[in-house]
Amino acid sequence: MAERSQRIEIRWHGRGGQGAVTAAIVTAQAAIFEGKYAQAYPEFGAERRGAPVNAYTRISNTPIYTHAPILYPDVVVVLDPSLPWDMVLRGLKENGTVVVNSKRSPDEMREIVKRSDVRIATVDATKVALEKLGVPIVNTAMIGALIRVVPVVSIDSVIRAVKETFPGRLGEANAEAIKASYEVTRVG
Amino acid sequence: MVKWKRLPLNSNYAVAYAVKDADVDVIAAYPITPQTTIVEKIAEFLANGEFDAEMIHVESEHSALSALVGASAAGARVFTATASQGLELMHEILHIASGSRLPIVMAIATRALSAPISIWCDYSDLMNTRDASWITFINSSAQEVYDTLIMAYKIAEDPRVLLPVMSAHDGYIMSHTVEPVDVAEDPEDIRRFIPKRRDRINILDPDRPVSIGTIVRPEWFYEVKYQQVVAMREARKVIKEAQEEFASRFGRRHDVIETHMMDDAELAILTYGGIYGTAREAVDMMRAKGMKVGSVKLRLWRPFPADELRKALSNVQAVAVVDRAISYGTPIAGPVALEVISLFYDEKDAPKVISFVAGIGQRTVTEYDFVGIAEKSLKYLSSGSIPKETIYWGVRGVEV
Repeated sequence: MAERSQRIEIRWHGRGGQGAVTAAIVTAQAAIFEGKYAQAYPEFGAERRGAPVNAYTRISNTPIYTHAPILYPDVVVVLDPSLPWDMVLRGLKENGTVVVNSKRSPDEMREIVKRSDVRIATVDATKVALEKLGVPIVNTAMIGALIRVVPVVSIDSVIRAVKETFPGRLGEANAEAIKASYEVTRVG
Repeated sequence: MVKWKRLPLNSNYAVAYAVKDADVDVIAAYPITPQTTIVEKIAEFLANGEFDAEMIHVESEHSALSALVGASAAGARVFTATASQGLELMHEILHIASGSRLPIVMAIATRALSAPISIWCDYSDLMNTRDASWITFINSSAQEVYDTLIMAYKIAEDPRVLLPVMSAHDGYIMSHTVEPVDVAEDPEDIRRFIPKRRDRINILDPDRPVSIGTIVRPEWFYEVKYQQVVAMREARKVIKEAQEEFASRFGRRHDVIETHMMDDAELAILTYGGIYGTAREAVDMMRAKGMKVGSVKLRLWRPFPADELRKALSNVQAVAVVDRAISYGTPIAGPVALEVISLFYDEKDAPKVISFVAGIGQRTVTEYDFVGIAEKSLKYLSSGSIPKETIYWGVRGVEV
């Protein structure tokens, strides 16, 4: 009997320049390091700084064959809360998870999200990024928040992946951002 | 024991790793989306000293392939990559490469053709090369991309074949999607599988002078071209041998077609490239609902795996062929569907062939599309009226 397939589908929402695509790839990379199957891809549109950008990560304990876009994500990760919420929440599964870069508490965020079924996590990723990286590039901080609320990969694997993606000091700083954000993420 | 390292690679990078591990001597290419990052990654390998090759910077794809014709005629192992308009611009030289029997290997990140301009994926570019006498593989995963490119040198350089090889993967849908790929820890393991040979008769060598590409008068031209027919026929055998040796050395088995859930299937879905995996997962969804549907992947387009397909499809009542290119002005417009129909021409109890076109210019194709295609096909089958024309799945404003 084949092992029961457990698959998590994550959609990342950001704006050009925030690193949503890199976050999707680093998360997949961490899963691959753990011997899991994973896929990551960007939404294939024009890439412009400031424009909305989507990226996708699939992680599974069994091989992934499909190359279809993720229509019904288990998790959405929102790097920029100024994005339109109807776009961000489109197709999100019942009892899914929303991870948002925001100063607000999960309860305050629920007023905005307007869904009682979903789990909500918030983190002030901009603050974390400014402290650890000196720039408001929130992607790695948002990975820390994601794995805090949905432990699809271990923090060690993510740190290894981020250090391979950004060798040297930049990798160290991003690892710090992941750890810090992991600690301060609030789950509602 | 061959050691592998499992890397997160998109299909473009999988190509670059294969080129490095195959120890290619000469690379000439011109950038075009979505192929560009293949050559960028190769340039990075060269700059880092991870392998050594001559990279020729050219002003067009026509020149890229022309440069490789020269380099291959001089005996070098060569590589290029392109897509879409770039492949169109090469078209003239495609025939010169195959007619000169040069074992050039080229990767294609497939993309729609202009006009109107689309940078997105379909197979119009690849299908336009159908009669260029290139062995043509279509890959469905980044691992297949890496493995096929390595086998491509084995096949192309075999003295029984000496034909160029194209190895394609979906632009964006695969070229920009990261997947796990096992690449050789030590490239020497790959190089022992594809040792460079100097026993070709068509190598320019001052000590053994030959002419390549000269004018051939009507008394001989037909015979020269017939040799390409024979070479394609031989290639079918050589491809099988290469796959066998690859499997026994490296433990990964590939075949010219792949089947899933076909043992008791009433309907087969046949397609190629990145969306084959989507069709395969759709089959699992349909099986869970009790539908007797299977899937068939076409991995080799030329030479066409006629015997393998005839066998795989011998027990189904119908096969839905999903193409991603249009042959305009013919009732059956899917290039692969046309071949499948010809397989069963004049055969008793042959499966019905239903031609679908989908995914043009990267119109989204999901599992639900394949479920819809299967349900539609089963409806045609039970009504006893099989469409004589291609069904354009997913085009707006048309009732199917």
